[in-house]
Parts: sequence; structure tokens; C-alpha cells
Amino acid sequence: MDAQVEPGYTAAGRKFEIEFRLLIEAIYHLYHYDFRGYSAASLRRRVKTAMVRFHCDTLSQLQDRVMHEPALFPVLLDHLTVQVSEMFRDPSYFRSLREQVVPILRTYPSLKVWVAGCSAGEEAYSLAILFREEGLLPRTLIYATDINAHTLQRAEAGVYSIDRIAGFTVNHRQSGARHSLADYYTAAYGRAMIDKSLRDHIVFSDHSLATDSVFAEVQLVSCRNVLIYFNRALQDRALNLFHDSLCRHGFLGIGSKESLRFSSYDRAFQPFVREDRIYQKGAAT
Amino acid sequence: MNRPADPHPKARQREERGSISGIQAVVIGASAGGLQALTELLPAFSERTAAAVFVVLHIPRDRPSLLTELFARKCALEVREAQDKEPVAPGTVYFAPPNYHLLVDDGPQLALSADDLVHHSRPSIDVLFESAAEVYGKRLLGVILTGANEDGAEGLAAVHDAGGFTVVQEPETAQASTMVLSAMQLKSPDFVLPLGRIAELFRTVGLDSSLRTGRPLG
Repeated sequence: MDAQVEPGYTAAGRKFEIEFRLLIEAIYHLYHYDFRGYSAASLRRRVKTAMVRFHCDTLSQLQDRVMHEPALFPVLLDHLTVQVSEMFRDPSYFRSLREQVVPILRTYPSLKVWVAGCSAGEEAYSLAILFREEGLLPRTLIYATDINAHTLQRAEAGVYSIDRIAGFTVNHRQSGARHSLADYYTAAYGRAMIDKSLRDHIVFSDHSLATDSVFAEVQLVSCRNVLIYFNRALQDRALNLFHDSLCRHGFLGIGSKESLRFSSYDRAFQPFVREDRIYQKGAAT
Repeated sequence: MNRPADPHPKARQREERGSISGIQAVVIGASAGGLQALTELLPAFSERTAAAVFVVLHIPRDRPSLLTELFARKCALEVREAQDKEPVAPGTVYFAPPNYHLLVDDGPQLALSADDLVHHSRPSIDVLFESAAEVYGKRLLGVILTGANEDGAEGLAAVHDAGGFTVVQEPETAQASTMVLSAMQLKSPDFVLPLGRIAELFRTVGLDSSLRTGRPLG
């Protein structure tokens, strides 16, 4: 754009930039995790905090360890990808799903939902609870996907620290809850374990929005605060997957500060509940 | 304001760094007392300002922010809440939205992140300043204002290390001085100034190059 910046890099900044690109390439070639389409700003920050955590003075040192210590990579991957979410984060999003999207979903004999970038599972369980409260869960299958296999194990376990439950409970109530959140977990030893019968309706699976393809036809995709970590090209790739995966007039929910405005899919989805970033597949007329 | 007072004893002289020109972006961080400080500062940017202005003010994470509406009425520049992947437009003030970090990405364009809190804050000043330092280097002016925690100190140091200019509000004049004192402790800033003098700086910094006089400030 017109605010073109000549980068005023210092020598150190230029070296960091080269090392940063090299590290991303090394991870891609060696471990097949593709961060090349990630937003550089957020990834740079995570890489810098990884340097501190792994006691490396330079990114080249970190790259050396990544390449020659296979045990280090899963820990680094967690560091680069793990996202802390909440159950019913942004309660108004869930309220809009409940009040405006669920009535339409009710008309389908069976339902499939895709939670893309599910991290530790908070969002997938929130949707399972909402669908149970609305009587839809028996005919629903939720695919919860993430690129990080370790995170998926945690998601599948469905165990959260008890001190997070108070916040989850407030969110749940504000989402228009029909029951108490306590009906959906058992607490013991400082932990809350999500009801196993919810998990029966969730398939946790390894999937990369950067390299994998469509795997099912779904009525709802919920992918919140994931696209902000992608550059525009990768964001478009992900949106293309969602578009191909959604049935006719299927729904897409994104994060409260995300937007399709700067993507190539602005016209492929219509705002359905604009303020909660819920879209419906189908070109605007 | 009156004639500028002598620079604060802790301030390094501007002459060491060359003149404060060629600024393409200004990053501002503030916490407790920040709303008042910004009310004095942001209207100082004239409509000829070509620099982009990014602001992190610590705000509650669980409700929409009214900052954009509030400042749009007071400022000559366009005021917006930052949106993810929005290309940076010159002469625009961007506020970080509640519960997201604001970063400047290559392009330059805006990026948001839902990463962990930094210094108990999201948005965090450090996160904005460090990312802006990467993109703008020496063409960046970083400003730390009143606040009661330590967010911003490392960010301002990053601005300095990348060759940018750094300003902190004079601690005696800040409603809460922790933030400026921590910033001063980490790296000695280029200027330590009361709000009135920071406003003076804003009136002339990052003006449209066709209109810039080239006359050094101070």
C-alpha cells in the first residue's frame, strides 16, 4: 500500500530475519510442519520466547537443536502452536449460534460440525454442550482438528484446571445456558473432567489447514482466532477448505475481531449474524 | 506550552542519534491514567501527519471498547479500532481492540493475536512495540505514558535497539509512574518529557514529507 516501509533494519535485525526464515524452512523439511504461511509478526514473537525458554542466544542455535535433538521438536511445536482458549469464549457468539443458527440446523436429519484449530478442546466441548442443551447432540458428530497431536491428546482427555471453571461458568450462563455447567463435568483433585458422553460425539483428529484437504461435508465450521495467525494466502487456503466442506447455506463462525474483508472469500459468504462473525455460505445477490 | 525546559537529566541528547525525522510510525503505550493523557496528546497530531499511530491502552478485556468513538471526535486524524490484516494507512490512529494483542506485520499490515496475557494484559504494550520495531526500525517513535505496571519497558528497549526514537512521560507528571520508571530503568530514553512537550513533538513528527520542513525539533 502507499505506506510502503523501507525497513530500517539494523544488522542484528537482518540476521534475525534470515535465521527466522531458515528455521521455518528447517522445520518444514525435517518435520513437515508448514509455518511458511503464518503471520510473521506473531510467529516471530513466539520464536523469540522459544529462544529464551530453550536457552539459545541466537536462532541459529535453536535451529541446531531443532535439527539434531528430535526430542526437542514436540516441545517447540507446543510452544509455537498452543493456544489458550476458554469454554464459551465470547458468550454472545454462542448465544447467536443458539438463537439464530440452531433453529436452521434443526431442519437437518443429521449434523456434522467442524471445529478447526481446536487446541485443548474448549470450543469443541462448548459446542457439544450447546447442542445437547438444544437437543441436537444425538444426531451430531463434531470433528475437532488441530495440527498438534500432543494438544489433541489433551483435548481428548477433556480435563481442565478447576480454577478455570468459574470463568467458563460465567461464559456458559451468558450464552443462554439451559442447565448449570456443573451438569457437564465432575470435579476431583483440583481438576474438572468433562462428561464422557459428550466426548462420544466428538472425533479428535490431526489435520493441517496448511497442507491437508477437505474430509467431510459439514453444516457448521467454527474456526475462531486461528486465521489471525495466518498470512493472507494461507487464510485464503483455509477459507477455501471451509467453503468446500460446507453444505449449501452452511455456516461459518470466526473470531470476534477476525474479518473476511481482507480475504478472497469476502463474497463467497454472507454475514448471517454480523456482530458475532457468523457467516452463511452463498454469494451475496 | 511555554519554552521547552531543559531535557530531563536521564535523557540522552537527541544529537547523539541524529535528528528525529523520517518517522513513519508512532507507537504509544499507556495504562492507569492513560485515557486522560491520550486526550491531551492525540489531538496534537495535525491532519498533515503522514505517520501511522498505534495505541495500546490497557482496557477491560470483557467488553467492547468505546475508545474509537471517543477519540474520533477529538482528533484530526482518522481513528479506528485495529482489524486483523488491515493494510496500514498513513495518518491513521489505530487502537488495539479489547482482549487481543495488536502487532504490526510485514507489509506493513495489522495483525491481531489471542496469545497469552503479557504483564497481565491483552493487549500488551510490549507486544505492539516489539513487532513495530521489527517492521519500522529507525523510522519508529515509541512513547510510554502513565501506568501502574511494567508493560512497555521491554518494548521500548526493542524500539531503541532497532534504531528508533524513544520518549517517556516525565515520571513526576504521570498519574502513575511505575510504567515510565521501569521503561527508564531498562534503557535510557531519548526524551523524558511532560505531556505538553510530547504534544509539541506530535505536532511536528511524521508530517507528510512534501510538507516537512526538515528543521530539527527541540
